Amino acid sequence: MSILTVSGSPHVHGKMSTNKIMWNVVLALLPALLVSIYFFGWNVLLLTCASVAACLLFECLIQKYLLKGDMSTVYDGSAVVTGILLAFNVPSNLPIWILLLGALVAIGVGKMTFGGLGKNPFNPALVGRVFLFLSFPTNMAPSQWPLPHPMFGSNAVEAVTGPTSLNIMKHGIEQGEVLPNLMDMFTGAMGGSLGEISAIAVLLGGVYMLCRRIISWHIPVAFLGSAFIFAGILNLVNPTLYVSPLYHMFAGGMMLGAIFMATDMVTSPITHKGQIIFGCGCGLLTIIFRCFGSMPEGVSFAILIMNAITPLINKYVKTNKFGYTKTK
Amino acid sequence: MKTFNRGGVHPEENKLARNSKIEVFPLTKKAVVFVSQHLGAPATCLVQKGDKVKVGTLLAKAEAFICANTHSPYSGTVTKVDVATDFNGFKKPAIYIDVEGDEWEEGIDTSNDIIREITLEPKEIVDRIKDRGVVGLGGAAFPTNVKYMIPEGKKAEFLIINGVECEPYLTSDNRIMLENTEEIFIGIEIMKKALGMNNALIGIENNKPEAIRVMTEMSAKYPGTKVVPLQMKYPQGAEKQLINALTGREVPSGKLPIEVGCVVDNVGTALAIYDAVQKNRPLISNVLTYTGKSVKAENQKNLLVRVGTPLQEIIDYCGGLPEDTGKLISGGPMMGKAIMDTTAPTVKTTSSVLVMNQKEASRQKETPCIRCGKCVDACPMGLEPVLLGTLSSQQKWEEAETECVMDCIECGCCLFTCPANRPLLDMIRVGKFKVGAIRRARAQQK
Amino acid sequence: MEMIVIYAIVAMTVAGIVLALVLYLVAQKFKVVEDPRIDQVAEKLPGANCGGCGFAGCRGLAEAIVKAGNLEGKACPVGGAPVMAQVAEVMGLQAEESDPMLAVVRCNGGKCNTHQKAAYDGAMDCVSANQNFASEGGCSFGCLGLGNCTKVCKFDAISINPETGLPEVDQDKCVGCGACAKACPRMVIELRKKGLKDRRVFVSCVNKEKGAAAKKNCDVACIGCGKCEKVCPFGAITITNNVSYIDFTKCKMCRKCVAECPTGAIHAVNFPPAKPKAEETPKAENTVETKVEEKGGNNENVQ
Repeated sequence: MSILTVSGSPHVHGKMSTNKIMWNVVLALLPALLVSIYFFGWNVLLLTCASVAACLLFECLIQKYLLKGDMSTVYDGSAVVTGILLAFNVPSNLPIWILLLGALVAIGVGKMTFGGLGKNPFNPALVGRVFLFLSFPTNMAPSQWPLPHPMFGSNAVEAVTGPTSLNIMKHGIEQGEVLPNLMDMFTGAMGGSLGEISAIAVLLGGVYMLCRRIISWHIPVAFLGSAFIFAGILNLVNPTLYVSPLYHMFAGGMMLGAIFMATDMVTSPITHKGQIIFGCGCGLLTIIFRCFGSMPEGVSFAILIMNAITPLINKYVKTNKFGYTKTK
Repeated sequence: MKTFNRGGVHPEENKLARNSKIEVFPLTKKAVVFVSQHLGAPATCLVQKGDKVKVGTLLAKAEAFICANTHSPYSGTVTKVDVATDFNGFKKPAIYIDVEGDEWEEGIDTSNDIIREITLEPKEIVDRIKDRGVVGLGGAAFPTNVKYMIPEGKKAEFLIINGVECEPYLTSDNRIMLENTEEIFIGIEIMKKALGMNNALIGIENNKPEAIRVMTEMSAKYPGTKVVPLQMKYPQGAEKQLINALTGREVPSGKLPIEVGCVVDNVGTALAIYDAVQKNRPLISNVLTYTGKSVKAENQKNLLVRVGTPLQEIIDYCGGLPEDTGKLISGGPMMGKAIMDTTAPTVKTTSSVLVMNQKEASRQKETPCIRCGKCVDACPMGLEPVLLGTLSSQQKWEEAETECVMDCIECGCCLFTCPANRPLLDMIRVGKFKVGAIRRARAQQK
Repeated sequence: MEMIVIYAIVAMTVAGIVLALVLYLVAQKFKVVEDPRIDQVAEKLPGANCGGCGFAGCRGLAEAIVKAGNLEGKACPVGGAPVMAQVAEVMGLQAEESDPMLAVVRCNGGKCNTHQKAAYDGAMDCVSANQNFASEGGCSFGCLGLGNCTKVCKFDAISINPETGLPEVDQDKCVGCGACAKACPRMVIELRKKGLKDRRVFVSCVNKEKGAAAKKNCDVACIGCGKCEKVCPFGAITITNNVSYIDFTKCKMCRKCVAECPTGAIHAVNFPPAKPKAEETPKAENTVETKVEEKGGNNENVQ
């Protein structure tokens, strides 16, 4: 008879694995990628592939030569997710070498310096994005962004540029510029970073992840809800200065941030109560940065700040334990 | 439909042996009976080498409060009183019996007639339960009589009968509910009488529609006993979770169910109480499920096995182990213990032998924790397994204690759900062990 | 313009003086009076905070020594006699003589001498494994080989040999703090006297089963036969619960028991090559090993 295996209970497993989670996230990101390709052309695919390849390469090299660790983490898909998210945060006309630099910072500084997957306090893609944003402001946040020109439209010849809806919200309203209509913003027919333009595609991915139980509803709902309410209050106080909260919802990286960035498991709290606090913090900070800050966008800074607070939330926000609550 | 209030997981149910009728397992030739087969203080052995015993002869006597008698499941000669290996390879005091015939002690009713009239008084019932060595058959083997001695100032409001069987694969409780329905109900009537109560709740998960139907039909004959179908969710069969599902109450941390006015017993225990009180039979046998995905359909069995039967004989009876067997489990796949020694004998609470093939047997490779919080979501006790596991591996016992490591019921939901395959429960058990030792040391100092 | 400069200088000076006064007063008010000898003693101690002395870290020991004013029962196993002599000097006392101790692994089963009956697939933690099963070889008393002892060692003195699956103590690094002995759930590790010229004789087995049962699982188990007890001229060997134990305070290192043991469970360490009648020539090994395999009474010695 063969030798029997012995281990502690349980002896069955729920079949969920880190790899599956990561590849499901990749799958959920595809609609946004397709919409982006449709509006900005094949360059989008090139940028995304370059970013993913660079993230994988850097992870591989660092794991092999610096950390001398287990190479299997390279294939778990987390670097792919980081790569896609990083590409989703840049304009479609960004030179590739800048993006590669961003990938190096995202993986090298954002993730591997802390020891790799599961140990990084900040979302690596956002670290990369903020690094690029601060180092190459003219490339990363130009006043003139490429505007969408649908691939199969009649005049798909030359890329046109113009301000993004966030730029308009920040500076343009006084100068009489008009925001794109809400429907265009919802489907993605507006200027902006690769992945963030189409709210519907991002939402689709979010619904998929919710159904597969990759994420829970707490962070996105708290994030979007608190941002909506806060922006709504500002709008009620001064409608001429502050736009309707619906525009905030669909403009810029709000959807992408709330659904894909803030829900990053490693850098968000583990309890549902903590996740709601985390989401509310993100939402409030985003609107504060957008309305009172010097820059048009605030999602990434809001999430990074809340990432930094996450260990505190984990320490002080506890679950309700069974047998400690008073029952009738 | 009712269920408990937090956490829980949905493992594949795999109740493969659900349609196999209970078979009576043939008597073994050489039996090995462990002296103590319950939770609590060890029993004192009463026999020695050369003694003749009959079925039902008292082998070991309970002398402490939380302790249970052990009776001989066979008639024959005691060949030695020594140690024997249990399923996990540990040595425990045991009595070796060479079996000769099947002669029962006098005063034990061996017929299959159903006796409906309860003649004993409550006090006598509790004494009889203690005398006949009945222990909780839900898994913990807690001496049953202790539950019926209600402490001063407490009052039993609910009698809860556990027919949940939330563990995957296990079908023994399901079978006895179908085949011994009336005996179980009479057992419940006895419990009611012992507690001076008129009503009882039987919780059954809705993946056993037949059992729910049969039991509900029978409950018409026994007013006051109600069958409550429950939504399927593991670990509903855990005492605290079942109380919560049926009554909405939460047993306070570190307390027994009687604190919230509940007495909980398994359907198997109800049957054992019936046998003890109405027929004067000691607890010497139980229904055991032999199952597993790699076991052939005709070998999936529910067996009525006498205590002390070597496991190897059961395996041989069921067609031997499949070629690719990698793991044997005594109990369900979520809370059962892996078996390393197949020569070891069964005990009162051996409810199942689960065969797993080599692929199922080994755990997946452990990867870094991604702090997804799925274990926190799944924990039915509302604990933070990821934190407790880390504290245990860092040997921070005091912190683990303040994080309520002792409230863990070891249901296995955390490890089941962990996408990184981290051995959370293994380390939490270490934490419980160490914190328990620290607490005992503290109590001694006082 | 000059006025502003003067104002600034004056203001800063005044503020500085006032704050300094505040600091001084607070420092006076909340001054903790501490025996200066605690610091002096703590300075002499190694500072590894291993807890081997039984106190919470080196400073804990220093406080205890100063508080008690004597050295009874307080000794640093790491620094040993030289450190305690220095401490005694600080305290103006006489240092107690204490023999240096050493951790000894009393199990020689491992992968080589037992037959694998089960494969462990749980958390790599001895306590966890001990909750689940006897051991891969079937012995429920011996070493589990998952290395809890190596995790707690502050001095990197104990490590699992991948070949045997057993812990090995580096006698040059071990300071006898006893952390490994406390961490072992099966109490396989014992602190023994380091011995003259580092020589030790000990029974490398803790199996309490009867002979046949013990021998079934492990080729080198102590079977409690009692031959060593009879042969020992100094009455150092006792057999309790089927296992032999050599009292290191009585043992005179004659090694008669080593030759007598039928299973080779008694180990003699660091003795010079045995009498010339030994057929096997001692293997020349450079690595320091603490354990010597005993085969058929022939000593295979390692320096």
